[in-house]
Formats: sequence, structure tokens, C-alpha cells
Amino acid sequence: MEKSIKRYFPVFLLPTFLAFIIGFIVPFLMGLYLSLCSFRTVTDAKFIGLGNFVEAFQDPEFIHAFFFTAGFTIVTVVLINVLAFAVAMILTKEIPGTNIFRTVFFMPNLIGGIVLGYIWQLIFNGILARYDLALKISAKYGFWGLVILVCWQQIGYMMIIYIAGLQAIPGDLNEAASIDGANGWQCLWNVTIPNMMPSITICTFLTMTNGFKLFDQNLSLTAGEPMKQTEMLALNIFNTFYSRVGWQGVGQAKAVVFFVLVVGLGILQLQMTRSKEVQQ
Amino acid sequence: MSKKLLALSLGILMILSVMAGCGGNSGGSSAPAPSAGGSTPAPENNGSAAPTGGSVYYLNFKPEADAAWQALAKEYTKETGVEVKVQTAASGQYETTLMSEIAKTEAPTLFQVNGPVGLAKWKDYCYDLTGSQIAGELSSQDFALMDGSKMAGIAYVIETYGLIYNKDLLQKAGYTEADITDFASFKKVVEDITARSGELGFSAFTSAGMDGSSDWRFKTHLANLPIYYEFEADKIGDTDAIKGTYLDNYRQIWDLYINNATCAPAMLSAKTGDDAVAEFVTEQAVFYQNGTWAYGDVSDLGDDNLGMLPIYIGASGEQNQGLCTGTENYWCVNTKAAPEDIQATLDFMYWCVTSDTGLKYMCSGDQMGFVIPFKKNLPSENALVNIANDYVAAGKTSIKWCFPTMPSEEWKNVLGSALTTYAADQTDANWETVKTAFVDNWAAEKEKAKAKANS
Repeated sequence: MEKSIKRYFPVFLLPTFLAFIIGFIVPFLMGLYLSLCSFRTVTDAKFIGLGNFVEAFQDPEFIHAFFFTAGFTIVTVVLINVLAFAVAMILTKEIPGTNIFRTVFFMPNLIGGIVLGYIWQLIFNGILARYDLALKISAKYGFWGLVILVCWQQIGYMMIIYIAGLQAIPGDLNEAASIDGANGWQCLWNVTIPNMMPSITICTFLTMTNGFKLFDQNLSLTAGEPMKQTEMLALNIFNTFYSRVGWQGVGQAKAVVFFVLVVGLGILQLQMTRSKEVQQ
Repeated sequence: MSKKLLALSLGILMILSVMAGCGGNSGGSSAPAPSAGGSTPAPENNGSAAPTGGSVYYLNFKPEADAAWQALAKEYTKETGVEVKVQTAASGQYETTLMSEIAKTEAPTLFQVNGPVGLAKWKDYCYDLTGSQIAGELSSQDFALMDGSKMAGIAYVIETYGLIYNKDLLQKAGYTEADITDFASFKKVVEDITARSGELGFSAFTSAGMDGSSDWRFKTHLANLPIYYEFEADKIGDTDAIKGTYLDNYRQIWDLYINNATCAPAMLSAKTGDDAVAEFVTEQAVFYQNGTWAYGDVSDLGDDNLGMLPIYIGASGEQNQGLCTGTENYWCVNTKAAPEDIQATLDFMYWCVTSDTGLKYMCSGDQMGFVIPFKKNLPSENALVNIANDYVAAGKTSIKWCFPTMPSEEWKNVLGSALTTYAADQTDANWETVKTAFVDNWAAEKEKAKAKANS
């Protein structure tokens, strides 16, 4: 078995690898090059150097989008992880119907972001219409609307990861702690959470990058309205690239900045939480 | 050994299938070249031995005309054997779609720009149509879009917009078209309808939806009026710095629209174009601002029941104002396409506006219902077009479409957002935002557009 895997691995890997090159590596390298160009269509570019980056950083909307996104990410990372952890704790207790609840909580994840955005737009507008208001008239509504939507979508997913983590903790650890006189809170804080650090690492990483990259939900729920107040980074890049004549290069430069930002923050976060992981 | 062979062949098969998926269309030319002496009435060439075997790919802008274009393309292929592919961009997605389509190997050979601003972006892709057959068919050279001495685009439809209204409902409210001659009288009628809307059972205006499917009616079409009057007053056709002389009038009419509609002003951001159509067709409102292209949507009310009013904004001399007539639909031929495809495209365009079949599809009311700026235009079956013609016959001054001079899409979007914000909270401070979006942003965007055009 081992031997045949060694022999045939290209058969299984090559198609995927090829797709990875076509769908990821090539566009990525092209994108890096295009961020240094002035162009209308991606196949027809003229090299201009770093001018695009200068313009990107001078764009107040880009800066606003950054802070909006950062605020959104902080709020959602905290909310999603705390709530997902709590739900996971509840659903690992022996309550009847646990499996149904796990399935139900996980299900929002199976719906695509655009569809979710429109569905929630209907829901929010339906509620706000009772007060003669609408979602897109205030950035406040847009922000919390997005937070609610994303929480609803992602809590179930993170919950599954936390449940797997909780189930991997040997029961005797908590048992020993409580025999030694630790109360429930102390058990949670000093036994469960340290043992859960690998799950917490992966969940904060996922929620943070998801928060930063959020696009579909943003586009369909608020589309940046009002006055680009709820435009997040990814949507700002998309709009710069597609709806402004001659700004394609700047949009591309923003995308490169965005990439560096997300990768940088991701690595930082991984290092911070990894260092807290314990060996069992 | 045989296992190895199997694995290898499987691997190759998988890779091939991936590749085939990517480049399926680029294979051998599929359309049979029209035979020279065939029985089909192939469009005559310019005399020179034009290359044959090309195909046409039209990226259509108008979703409402998609079905008619598809049928027309089929007819053309049946008659001439030349393959015509028509693809339609989703509403509001034309630029995005065009940008990705034109970068492909099989790029559109025929696309459209919306006037000088769109041309600035795509001029490198525009084939010079000077001296082409279709250029000779234009009823007036005004309908050619020039880039210096180069004829970059040709208008293919003339359209008119105004306030479409439901005659029955207006009568029920106790008024006729004759009661509305300027902004003041219009306002009186509208506010009276609003005051009695409970008893009448309908409102004055359909919702002025600021959703992306409908906001162009206000950020572009309604905004045309203050721009037109300012240009007229200053006797100019375009400007780098708009003054906003008629912005107070813009506010007047916008106030009227949003405060006398079927819904509360704060809810406009959620209202779509379909909502407005539905409200109009189900007789919940009397007035609906849109143009001749919307005939298909509203024809259920019956031709006799449909009327159109000029959009009065309270400018002086508006008693003689007519509807807003113009075009922002220019055909451009992709100059980077293969020569035989360009020729096929030119033949196709010519056929569309001269052959009986082409004209039937372009002009008849149950198809596209266009008024086309070509010599062989057919009398229209579109009731709204006929109303528009009546205005011209009555000697009213048509309002020109000045919005192709708007600096950028960005300008329109910012204005649209400002209008929405103002609608939700009608304070002077919020109107200042609209003013800034209109005046300051005009200059800023014009400057940016210039800088970008030179880069």
C-alpha cells in the first residue's frame, strides 16, 4: 500500500497541483506584476512602477474601509468564538437532542454568502420597515447587520471545531481537578481552556481571516451603503478595480496591500496563540 | 507494467479533461463560411474580397432586449450561416462583464459604450467606423460618437424618458394632463393626491427606489435636468466644473418624489426597480419616472391608459419643455478582434438596421421596440415612443441627454448615496452632502478622469 502510494502519488496530486497553479499561483504572480502597471484589461498592461501604491494609500475610502474592517473583525472574532465555545460546551453535555442541535447550528454554513446576504437583508428590512427605517440608511445598522449575519453563519462551524476539541480532552483531567476541590469555573479556566488551545488557535485564525476577507455578505447585504460607510476592504478593492475607469492598477495595488496585511496578521495571531498551547 | 500504463493514461486523461474544460471553444472554426454563390441572401460586401468565416460575439447591454437579440442572432445564422453569439450582462454589471470578457481570447467583437465617458475607457478597443456601410445608414451624423476624427461608435437606439402616468388614476383623482403645465401646478396635483390618498386608494408616485436596480432613474436621469438647464443657461455642452445653478430645483422635485410616494422616504434604499413597476402596474400610484424602454413592463395597463409628462423642475420657460430624448447606447466594434470577425460584425450590424428581418426585431413593439437612428427606421408600435413623437410634433423642446458628460460612474454612485441619505433624513445638512457630491465631486472626478486618461 505504502509503496503504491509512493509510486502513484503524481496521478493523484498532479491534477490538483495543476489546478492550483492555474487558479492560484498564476493569477497571484500576474496580480503582483499588474499592481505595478497601468491597465484597462489584464492582458494589456503598461509598467509604471509604484505609483499605484501611492494612490492606494492616499485614498481616504481605503483607509476608512480598513478601520471599518478592523473594527468588524475584532467584534466578530470575540463574539463568534465566545458564543461558539459556549454552544460547544452546552452541546457536549449529555442533553437529549444534541445531534439535532449540532446539525441545526451548523447548517447556516452550507448556504452561500450572497444568498445569506439577501435573505438577511429581507429580514432586517422587514423588521426595520415597522419603524419606517431601512438597513442602508445608517452605517450603524449596516455594521451590526453584518455582525449578526456573520455570527449566525460562522458560530456553527466554529462550534464543530470546539466540540471536537472538547471531546479530545481526557475526562480524567477535569475529574482529578474537581476531586482536588476546583469549582466549575476553575476547571474551565485552568483545565479545559489550556487543553483547548489548539482549537482556539485554529478558530481565531479562521474567524479573523474570514472577518478581513469578508466580501459576499458585504456586497449583498449593504453594498457599502450609505456613502461607502459600510464598505469593507475586499469590497473596496472590487469597486476600485471594476467601477472606476483607469483605477484598475490602484485596485490591484490595494489587493497586494490587503494580501500582505492578512498574511501578516494571520502569522502574528498564530504565533501568539500557539505559544499558549500545552502538550498533553 | 500494465498498472503503470493504466495509471499514466488515467493521469493524462484527467489533465486533458481539465484542459479541455478551459479551452473548449477555441478549437477549430465551427461556423461554415457562407458560400459565395449560395441561395441565401448573404450581405453584400464592400466589393473587395472581404475575408469570410468570421463570427460575431455581441455583448448586449439591455437585459430587457435579451430574448429578442437571441432570436435575431438565430435568424441571422439561419440566413447567412455566420455564427452570432449574444451574451447579456446583468443589469448594472456591463462594465464589469465587458472588462473580463474583452480580456479573453474569444473577446466580444461588438460591444457598447455609454458616450464620451465610456469611450475614454475603451477608445483603444474601438474600430474606426468611418466609411463603413452602417455609418452611411445613419439618419444624422449627430448619432456617431467621435474620438477626434475617428468614428468610434454608432448609436443604435434613441430613447425618451419622462413621467409615465396612469390616465385612469389621474382622472379618478379629478385631474387631466392639461392641469399640469409646470412645476407649481404639478406640485399642487401631487400634493392633493397625497392628501386624499387614503380615500383614493393610491399614491402619487411609485417608490423612488434607490436600490442598484433603480437608482439610475434619479442619480442619472433626474440629475440630467439640472445639468441640462445649467448647460443651456451657460450655452455649453460640457464642463469641468459644474456650478449647480439648478440644484434647488433638483431638491424640489426630489422632495416631491420621495414625500408623495407609496412608501416612507427612509425605506427607499431597500426599494427595487421591480417594486416600482409592480406598484405602477397594480395601480397603486399615478406617476412612474422611466422611459420608452420600460414599455414592455407597463404595457399591461393598456396603450390608451398610458401617458407621459415632462419632468418639470421649476426652471423658467418650462411650459414649453418636452420629454428627455437622447441616447447613451453606442455600438463599438472591437478593433483587436480578428479581421474576419470585424468584417462579420460590420455585416451583422448593417443587416440589423437594413434587412426586413433585422428591422422587424429592432423596431417592432413585441420585440425590442427601438427607435433607431437609421434611414430605415420603422414606425413604432411602442405607445410611449408615439407619445414622445407627439411632444416633438407639438413643438415642445426636447431635453437633451447631458448625462453622458457626467464625469464617472463613481460620481453617479456618490450622488445616489447622498440622495438616499437625504431621503431618510431631509435636513439642510444632508442636502449639503448632495450639493458636495454634485458640484465638488464633479470637478474632482473630471480631474481624476483626465489624469487617468493620460496615464
